[in-house]
Amino acid sequence: MWRTLTLFFHQLASPPHFYRWSGLFAPWFAAVALVLITIGLYGGLLLAPPDYQQGEAFRIIYVHVPSAYLSMLSYVLMATAAAVGFIWRIKLAHAVAVSTAPIGASFTFLALVTGALWGKPMWGTYWQWGDARLVSELVLLFLFLGYMALHAAFEEQERGDRMSAVLAVVGVVNVPIIHYSVVWWATLHQGPSITENAISGAMLWPLLVMIAGYTFCFGWLLLLQLRSEVLEREAGARWTQRVLEASP
Amino acid sequence: MLADLLNVIRRDLTIAFRHWSELVNPLVFFIIVATLFPLALSPDIAQLRDVGMGVLWVAALLSSILGLDGLFRSDTDDGSMEQLVLSPIPLSITVLGKTIAHWLVSGVPLVAVSPLVAMAFYLPMAAWDTLIIALLLATPTLSMLGAIGAALTVTLKRGGSILGLLILPLTGPVLIFGARATDLAAQGESPAGPLYLLAALAALAVSLGPLASAAALRVGLE
Repeated sequence: MWRTLTLFFHQLASPPHFYRWSGLFAPWFAAVALVLITIGLYGGLLLAPPDYQQGEAFRIIYVHVPSAYLSMLSYVLMATAAAVGFIWRIKLAHAVAVSTAPIGASFTFLALVTGALWGKPMWGTYWQWGDARLVSELVLLFLFLGYMALHAAFEEQERGDRMSAVLAVVGVVNVPIIHYSVVWWATLHQGPSITENAISGAMLWPLLVMIAGYTFCFGWLLLLQLRSEVLEREAGARWTQRVLEASP
Repeated sequence: MLADLLNVIRRDLTIAFRHWSELVNPLVFFIIVATLFPLALSPDIAQLRDVGMGVLWVAALLSSILGLDGLFRSDTDDGSMEQLVLSPIPLSITVLGKTIAHWLVSGVPLVAVSPLVAMAFYLPMAAWDTLIIALLLATPTLSMLGAIGAALTVTLKRGGSILGLLILPLTGPVLIFGARATDLAAQGESPAGPLYLLAALAALAVSLGPLASAAALRVGLE
């Protein structure tokens, strides 16, 4: 059992195997994401009671928190995949890192937009420099953009992969330093604008369901992106030709 | 190891002083950026004093990035970088030496002219010693971060434009702690806390930065 499992994982690193298996998995990720997000949205928007301080405005939490969580998860995933690709020279790991970047940047952008929309009723302004989480999220977006710009600047695929892998690892070492320095800076300039309240059960479960749903949605998007990335990278290979001939 | 490091520093300093006109550019850039701010804001003394420290730090940061594009370029173009990679000296030591040499000819002069800019912004003279210490601690970190960016972009034809995009987001902590230290000193309080944090960042950058730069340089020569 264990041996078939490890064999399966080792084979996944080979592009044709990955391509076949990901084609089978991707629809399931999409289906689970759809079910979870539907349940989470119903629970969050209709069942959960309005917040006694923020009224109905707090409901944006159900899209804001999952996006913010995924933005950080994708940076860590990108850097881990880049490091794996750099150290063991696994081609598929580089493809994972490169495919994660635009998706991570999109979730970071979503977290910033929903955070700004939430900020309007809460603080009276869309943007609040005093909020450390917003500012570090913005820096995270810059880091994603820098990674993508560096990767795009190289014409040779392999050199671009390895160079941007170094940048991703440097970035992931710096992310906690940047985050805590911004927290320190923000608390010096003004007190926290929202006191952290314990969130009640009726509000919490839809949030957890939404986080799970978003994670599956992220997995689905990543698989789709990765499949096209793999096809592009293996454009000359025979298996790619067969796949492309088979599909209309 | 130390002798190798000193040799690299000596070699780069010799090369740098033979092209001394290039050395002056970042310094002039620093002063010009600082000059542009009063033109854009107003000659009001109180307002300039309020923004002066921030302006000084941002100008220092930008000018330290400016000169970095060429850090490894000429050596890579004429092939001496390949010899340095092949030599028995660890590449990270070579990179450390080159970055230190760069810091000596760009960071140190910048620290030296900073009181001039501080004076132009009517910053209290009591904060000058803190300003100099903070800049002395911050500029090595900036040089080390910039060296990573220079190594990543060394094989690109137009690396300079992308260099800022890669490095500037990482310089946030240096800016925060540096400006905070000088702010505290200007208000007559002890700046020790942020100065220790700047020193910690410098230690981290000097110890880990050359490894990342060396890895990137190796990829560039593969």
